[in-house]
Amino acid sequence: MSIIKGKVWKFGNDINTDEIIPARYLITTDPKKLAEHVMEDADPEFPKKVKAGDILVAGKNFGCGSSREHAPLAIKGANIGAIIAESFARIFYRNAINLGLTIIESPEAAREIEQGDIVEIDLEKGIIRNITRGKEYKFRPLPEDLRKIFEAGGLMEYAKDRLSKT
Amino acid sequence: MGMTLTEKILAEHAGRDYVEPGELITVKVDLAIANDITAPLAIKQLEKYGIDKVWDPEKIALVMDHFFPPKDILSAQQIKISRDWAKKMGIKNYFEGQDSGVMHTILPEKGFIAPGDLVMGADSHTCTYGALGAFSTGVGSTDIAYIFATGETWLKVPETMKFTFYGKRQKWVGGKDFVLTVIGKIGVDGALYRAMEYHGEAIKDLPIEERLTITNMAIEAGGKNAIMEADEKVLEWLKDKTKKPLRMIKADPDAKYCCEYEFDASKIEPVVAAPNLPSNVKPVSEVAGTPINQVFIGSCTNGRITDLRIAAQILKGRKVHPDVRCIVIPASDRTYKQALKEGLIDILAEAGCLISTSTCGPCLGGHMGILAEGEVCVSTSNRNFTGRMGHPNSQVYLAGPAVAAASAVLGRIAHPEEVVGTKEEVAV
Repeated sequence: MSIIKGKVWKFGNDINTDEIIPARYLITTDPKKLAEHVMEDADPEFPKKVKAGDILVAGKNFGCGSSREHAPLAIKGANIGAIIAESFARIFYRNAINLGLTIIESPEAAREIEQGDIVEIDLEKGIIRNITRGKEYKFRPLPEDLRKIFEAGGLMEYAKDRLSKT
Repeated sequence: MGMTLTEKILAEHAGRDYVEPGELITVKVDLAIANDITAPLAIKQLEKYGIDKVWDPEKIALVMDHFFPPKDILSAQQIKISRDWAKKMGIKNYFEGQDSGVMHTILPEKGFIAPGDLVMGADSHTCTYGALGAFSTGVGSTDIAYIFATGETWLKVPETMKFTFYGKRQKWVGGKDFVLTVIGKIGVDGALYRAMEYHGEAIKDLPIEERLTITNMAIEAGGKNAIMEADEKVLEWLKDKTKKPLRMIKADPDAKYCCEYEFDASKIEPVVAAPNLPSNVKPVSEVAGTPINQVFIGSCTNGRITDLRIAAQILKGRKVHPDVRCIVIPASDRTYKQALKEGLIDILAEAGCLISTSTCGPCLGGHMGILAEGEVCVSTSNRNFTGRMGHPNSQVYLAGPAVAAASAVLGRIAHPEEVVGTKEEVAV
């Protein structure tokens, strides 16, 4: 669970939720159906090319734009292992943690990792290893409160005892 | 140490005397909202965890606006899920069809927002309400599900950026030109995780509707929220709309800002954000002449009565260019009725505009005006990302209502003075 290994798909800056899952597909909440169109407006062939366990690497402000949780859900639905970016837009960041999707902020790794590299992420140790290029990057773990939510598998799972009493 | 406006509201809702940037706090929410795209996903989460009642039905509002009226069977199903759930939960503030419209236009009109409130919404443009002196921000469906159940959420106290607009704005320059100028300056992640606090005489000079345009687009700079002090004008605007207590909360004089920007309003020209980022801002003069296929005047950014007045002022006695479809969507049913009363709808219809029922519609490429490959639209909405309004190779230029209306007449991007000359006064 704490080691994620996969092939990298690289994207640029300001990848927005319209590109991750265009609004025309927001007529379902089914992750598998959403995954059929994941990243379609950034790369029309992406939904066909991506394989379970692959890793997205992007520049600054990943997930900017609309609050649609369908965006991280489409990424989860495609069984993408993790997203490494220089930075994340704040609503996407919350949504990803709330759904237990692995996101890592590491400007250096995000800049240097290339399309097609094989990358391994050790969540416990906070290390990204670029197997293809033999390079390692340390990243800061999530703040304690958010880590608890992420490790529980998301906000609802984390809060279910409290929620059952409301 | 003093607090900024955002810090003050957050402290109050966390039951604290003082908060500072970087702290994670738990806050009580005054209003939680969702739309026809985000509500069904929140409902799915609540039902999965067996939660069959909400914290306070009076403090939840659901507005069906994105794919409303339903554009196909699946979108109709999503709306039905929301409606059935609202009934089951006893949520009376469920809006579709009658006296409704685009969420961020109708909720202030109906008095749901008062200065000092804390509003959380499963819609990124929830930041709109900051113009009324409220803290408001967007979240996703799972966050809003948790809030629907508990009335609380966690927030990180943001640093605050201060933006001051002084001087007198030029003719045909409005709130949209101000906010695009800011985004052009700081970039689409220039306010990431931060609060944007607006001050200055040129802000106070704007009608409330145009102030709402400015706070609406905080998210296009990556901001958590945008906020303005509620002045006499805000209280006057709200007094017939809400029964909530109206108070003026001000930032402390010794509040700490992470950075400050000043703008001379008299130097700001009508601008557009060229494809494909809201930060790609240029003076209209630089892109004037670009041929267009569609104009959209509407959305939670610029679909209010003041926007329609400006559009009508330019389109009165003129015709939309034959190569252009000009779609005008009043952002609420009240706006539509007011426009009807003022004769604006007549003017726009005579000019050849297509006037539609209130909806987000084309803004997000939902329906009611989708672009084909290679088509170009001038839109008063808030986003011009790749594929936002249709085909991935279509293009959107964001602008205020004056530039949009002038462009509709000439069939190309145009400065309003190219249509009306330099003598007419702004009628707002």
